[in-house]
Amino acid sequence: MKMKRIVSILIENKPGALARVVGLFHQRGYNIESLNVAPVFDGSYSRMTVATHVSENDVEQITKQINKIIDVIKVADLSAGANHEHEFMLIKFNKLNLATKIQKILKSLNCAILEKSKSVMVMSAYGPSGDIEIAIKTIGKSNLLECVRSGSLGLHEGEKKLTIGDK
Amino acid sequence: MRALKDEGVKFLFGYPGGAALHIYDAIFRQKAVEHILVRHEQGATHAADGYSRATGKAGVVLVTSGPGATNAITGLATAYMDSIPLVVISGQVQSHLIGTDSFQETDMIGISRPIVKHSFVVQEAKDIPKIIQEAFYIATTGRPGPVVIDIPKDKTDPSKLYEYKRLKKVSLRSYQPRVFPHPGQIKKASKMLLSAERPVIYAGGGVILGDAHKELIALNKILKIPVTNTLMGLGAYPAKDKHFMGMLGMHGTYQANMAMHNADVILAIGARFDDRITNTPSKFSPNAKIIHIDVDPASISKIINAHIPIVGQVKESVDALIKEVKRSKIKMDAEALDSWNAQIFDWRLKHGLNHDLYQQKPKSKQILPQTVVQELYHATNGNAYVTSDVGQHQMFVAQYYHFNKPRRWINSGGLGTMGFGLPAAMGVKFAFPRQEVVCVTGEGSIQMCIQELSTCLQYNLPIKIININNEALGMVRQWQDMNYGGRHSASTYADSLPDFVKLAESYGHVGIRVTKQAQLRPALDKALSLKDRLVFVDVYVDPNEHVYPMLVAPNGSMEDMWISKNTKA
Repeated sequence: MKMKRIVSILIENKPGALARVVGLFHQRGYNIESLNVAPVFDGSYSRMTVATHVSENDVEQITKQINKIIDVIKVADLSAGANHEHEFMLIKFNKLNLATKIQKILKSLNCAILEKSKSVMVMSAYGPSGDIEIAIKTIGKSNLLECVRSGSLGLHEGEKKLTIGDK
Repeated sequence: MRALKDEGVKFLFGYPGGAALHIYDAIFRQKAVEHILVRHEQGATHAADGYSRATGKAGVVLVTSGPGATNAITGLATAYMDSIPLVVISGQVQSHLIGTDSFQETDMIGISRPIVKHSFVVQEAKDIPKIIQEAFYIATTGRPGPVVIDIPKDKTDPSKLYEYKRLKKVSLRSYQPRVFPHPGQIKKASKMLLSAERPVIYAGGGVILGDAHKELIALNKILKIPVTNTLMGLGAYPAKDKHFMGMLGMHGTYQANMAMHNADVILAIGARFDDRITNTPSKFSPNAKIIHIDVDPASISKIINAHIPIVGQVKESVDALIKEVKRSKIKMDAEALDSWNAQIFDWRLKHGLNHDLYQQKPKSKQILPQTVVQELYHATNGNAYVTSDVGQHQMFVAQYYHFNKPRRWINSGGLGTMGFGLPAAMGVKFAFPRQEVVCVTGEGSIQMCIQELSTCLQYNLPIKIININNEALGMVRQWQDMNYGGRHSASTYADSLPDFVKLAESYGHVGIRVTKQAQLRPALDKALSLKDRLVFVDVYVDPNEHVYPMLVAPNGSMEDMWISKNTKA
């Protein structure tokens, strides 16, 4: 059965490394729903979170293929177990009369006001991707000037971790 | 150059150009590594590839930027598909010109990304020795494959010198290929194998790449069960052995395909269940339990689900399996095995490989292509290194030249690259100058890298080229005959073929034309007797001959085969 999967990847922070992962998804015929990447800890490597909509067999094949990329240090399919999945979003709108309504919608999502002027308002919000999606729908596309999302970020639940140095 | 020498490189196949000139000057001023000048960069990659397949060492290529690099792409893809270790060094424009669309600039790393195991860009000249060391390490370990090193011209500037440092041992935190198999899995595999009633060993190119043929033979000395090899695995198990069923798959033997379909346990070793083997995956061997040994975990359960996956080097894994089988108290059911072997023997008798052809002189007045290969097999006592191109002739060699040793059969199995045969034969000949090296080709394929006849003259490479000339793209035409109502769209060109004898002569070689059966063996014997000359034997064969058996596609299983033009088994 196809469902959303969260794959976390630790990858050497080297030029071209990201392209290898992205290229692999295309090459093997898998879709990337969202992708997030940034260096962590000492900066010698990055942590990527890829969200993809695939079957269980496919996600096994994806993680194996990603693991074959020489620059990839570790891979984990977070959706194989319990996990935390969150996404960060920024929105900009100019219908200031909607501000209270939007704030209400975003309330469950940990929101903050970043900018408030006479003409525009910029807010940030974070929470599970599903909730972010619903929030955007509820606010209505036509009420937003701009919207940017980080894509899914994920961690294992509990003591399980994905770091270098442990096997 | 010193880094290459330290890797034990003997030959460098290449073609010079602007961005590689600093390196070429360094080549001129040393003697340890011999540079072989090809006539097209595709030839360089195939030659290095052939060298690697025959020796087990990495093949090394040097090309310039831009067109030099792009011409090497087909050879890279060929090596990648068959997991052949290559190190391809490409010159690049100077660092400050990258991204400016400068002369002979192309993004080699980007273009080659999906068809390499890994690639490096040299950022600092002082890193070159380390990168070369890592490149060889990555190319030759785990599941082997080609590695590209892109070097901007300013990084090889001879006026800037650096201290040469060599690592004692390469170690990468992101790359640690597994060597030893999981002992628990080996135990399970041994139990399943020994309890089988209709077992089959299905061994692929991984057995050859992993130098595990001796272990495979030793394992089957104990098990005594039927063995089949893939196209890439031919030679991994001796063809003369009574347990050998021949090749399996699209043009595999009747008995090998039937045995796979009806098996209860399949031991897959260094093989990857590709579509030319399984036919329709959902119909693949319905009752078989699969044990799959492979160094690449991604090859396991990719197409066909493995009941017992074993990740590890093939050599170490088969060795562990041998020990476990010896230790085990389970005895194989001898009665069941006997009747299984009898069944396979029966299949072999029923539809052996064009059985009649094997036994009798052909009735047709024209030479049959299969006969050419059979005669070559006898004329060379089955001992030659045989390279091939792609098409009907390739399948005829796989079926009728019986390989008893690994690394003797050299062909482009995965990518199916026409033009591979001649340059690959050059690479083999450089590796083994005293061995017989034969390139069996077709008039279509040979024209894709014919320019290398010039390289053969320059380096005096006495290769024997056997051109199975049916005046058509035979395999294309076979499919058109079978699936497209015999409409030969763009597959024939009989009136525009060159005179291959004159062509060979114009390159300074010997050409022989064969049109009659009676001329065939004498021509082959003569070619083989000319020890110091390249001989091009152009054999005109029956253009209507097809390759059989052939799996019925699409939607067929492994027991659905065409046995001849009008018979389905």
